[in-house]
Amino acid sequence: MSVIAPKFKLSEFIKSLLDNIFWILLIAVLIAIPAIQVILFAIEMPVINGELLTPFLALTWIADPSRTLPIIKAFMTTDIFRVMAFPGFGFAALIAAGTIFIERKMLAKLQLRVGPFYCGKIEGILQLMGDGLKLISKEIIIPAKADKPIFWAAPVMFVGAAAAFVALIPVAPGWVVADVDLGLLGVFAVIGFFPIITILSAWSANSKFPFIGGIRALFQMVSFEIPLILSLLGVVILTGTLNLSEIAASQSSFPWIVFLPVGAIVFFITMLAELERIPFDLPEAESEIVAGWLTELSGMMYGLVQLGTYLKLYAFAALFVVLFLGGWNGPMIVPPFPAEIVTDGIHLGPVTANIAGLPVFTQEMLNGTLWFVLKTVGVIFFILLPRGVFPRIRIDMLLSLGWTKLIGLAFVNIFIALGLLYAGVLGPGGLQ
Amino acid sequence: MTSELPPGLALQKVDERIMTLNVGPQHPGSGHMRIVVQIDGDYIVACDPDPGYVHRGEEKMAEYRNYILNIPHLERPVIHDSCNVLYPYVLGVEEIVGIEVPERAKYVRVIASELNRCIYTMYWLAIYGIFLGHSTMFMWPAGDRELLIDLMEKMTGARVTHAHFVPGGVRNDLPPNFEDVCLRQVNYFEKRIKEYAAVFYDNPILISRTRDTGVLSRQDAIRLGTTGSVLRASGVDYDLRIKEPYDVYDELDVHTNVMTEGDSYARSRVPWLDMIESCNIIRQALQKMPKSGSVRTKLKPNPKGKGLDSVYKRVESGRGSLGCYIVSDGKTEPYRLKMSVGSFRNLIALPYLLKGEKLGNMPSVYWSLNYWPVEADR
Repeated sequence: MSVIAPKFKLSEFIKSLLDNIFWILLIAVLIAIPAIQVILFAIEMPVINGELLTPFLALTWIADPSRTLPIIKAFMTTDIFRVMAFPGFGFAALIAAGTIFIERKMLAKLQLRVGPFYCGKIEGILQLMGDGLKLISKEIIIPAKADKPIFWAAPVMFVGAAAAFVALIPVAPGWVVADVDLGLLGVFAVIGFFPIITILSAWSANSKFPFIGGIRALFQMVSFEIPLILSLLGVVILTGTLNLSEIAASQSSFPWIVFLPVGAIVFFITMLAELERIPFDLPEAESEIVAGWLTELSGMMYGLVQLGTYLKLYAFAALFVVLFLGGWNGPMIVPPFPAEIVTDGIHLGPVTANIAGLPVFTQEMLNGTLWFVLKTVGVIFFILLPRGVFPRIRIDMLLSLGWTKLIGLAFVNIFIALGLLYAGVLGPGGLQ
Repeated sequence: MTSELPPGLALQKVDERIMTLNVGPQHPGSGHMRIVVQIDGDYIVACDPDPGYVHRGEEKMAEYRNYILNIPHLERPVIHDSCNVLYPYVLGVEEIVGIEVPERAKYVRVIASELNRCIYTMYWLAIYGIFLGHSTMFMWPAGDRELLIDLMEKMTGARVTHAHFVPGGVRNDLPPNFEDVCLRQVNYFEKRIKEYAAVFYDNPILISRTRDTGVLSRQDAIRLGTTGSVLRASGVDYDLRIKEPYDVYDELDVHTNVMTEGDSYARSRVPWLDMIESCNIIRQALQKMPKSGSVRTKLKPNPKGKGLDSVYKRVESGRGSLGCYIVSDGKTEPYRLKMSVGSFRNLIALPYLLKGEKLGNMPSVYWSLNYWPVEADR
């Protein structure tokens, strides 16, 4: 056999390190300097035990968990952690990556194949990483007559808009990036950006197939935004607020889908259309218009649009959970943090480690996040499922569905909500 | 001056509303061909199919090879349906050379050609599914084809290009225990394709998308010269297995499936029903086949025709009637060989069907014509 496990020689390894020493130093500097600057200037350093925490002090404390935990806690209260890691981009990207993996394996099981199998030892779990590396390493080709600045900017704007959408989603009580009073209105505003970005990208490519795809996307998104907004009015009427955290909190005893199933169905269908999922994937109908408005995008530009699409998928599923399925509310299934660890310390054989600052996350927060993730994954499953079952529908059928049936159903939903309100069954804040 | 030019070369008035799209040859929604589509908004105002990208000159090549050497290359136009493509040629050569075929070989040929029709139709159905955006309907037929491909591999030794039919019979006898395996696989295959109705043919979105699109009336279907499933979907009961039975089709109970709608849905449903009928034919043939006997009458090396002679034979292939016209001048090679294929004759209907349709209907109408670009180009 040929080289499956190449022979490892220390001398060659050192030689290769020396060969690439320039690049290693360059990358280390490029990463380390911004990191230190972020730590030094952006994050407000806490004062612990009367000492101001500097990076040098932090490095000496890394080995000591009793001193590291306060640092982690302090970091977790900062806005940078919220934006980058937990309720924000990192968490959403993790769920998006999981979604791609689940979509591939689930569709494969449905279609009598195995799906990704080789990349990564277990069931092709690293396939997404491989795809990402491939997309990064590909050449970006731009059409000669394209409007270059807009064409470059469109994928970035797409991811930006999707990330802004993610920022409005409350994951657990108090854990939301942007806790604004007009959160739902902000969601509508962000959704309104997507058709504009799509048509900008399609038009600036200066090519026929993207143009047709962009026009289709514009038709689809604009005509489905109206039933989307109308279907959510029922929830707003009953809760009397536009703040997404308060809407989620108002469902502590029952989710709104119990009283507003029509609105939930309308919102789910419009969600599929806004996400360009099958059966509404007309803007990317490959047998008619190649790849629609994505045709001329290459390399990581395409990858960015895909990232944005899956972030959007997560955000829409999470919005469905927050509005109709009760958000983070659910039975308490996470066990309480054992209090004796905080008081007595952790016994590791003969050694007892006293760690102040535990627990890092509260029990309510962990439980809320667990329920939120479970519900979101369930909704995502139902968003992915039609892809294995339905063919694509046609643009005229899509528009007639949006303008006649869904808008009518959305009004029915509003009347149901108003009826519940005036009959005195429900009012702002729950059962009367 | 312009009036003397052929239609394709004449100058056309440019309308700013009209956009010309080149669908193909590098397009996921075309085969190895190009369709020049002119659209006004979402409506197709004109359509010009442009085949010829995979022309191989099979007919000219046949004039330089003897009757036996022609076998492997004449099946290349449709490698999935290679038994049916070879069938008229083999029948014609048998008549030119004057050779009798053993009874068992005739049954083996019928089984092989029906299996091959199913293999071809499954591939066609897979592509029809993905053209409509139904990826499950792409994977299922592509996977279930393997059942029959394995059977053909047992029978002929090759998975696609079998070169199994030779003048005088078939190349090899059936392997031992083939009848049982074949019956089992075909029964399972039939059960499996009947499941497609639930996910595909009864799917409300599919029905609403393909009903009343690209309607080909009975008169137009006859006038344009379409054949096969396209003709049968327009209400014409025409099947060469019944009208001009060849080999042992007259001893078998063959039914045709006729639908009267003439739309894309009917054209996509008729081949599926034909596959179920093929399973019936295979079961009958397995039952009636002589259990032993020769399957090949040996020819002399370099068989020759008996002087100036011509013969035209046709069979019902997966895409309609497939004819082969052979002229012999008494030498070891055919003087002229001409294939009349169903694909090309069905393609003629495409401009008539697509005119006035929406762009979204183009893939479903185009592929419902049961068209195989390589066969049309030959």
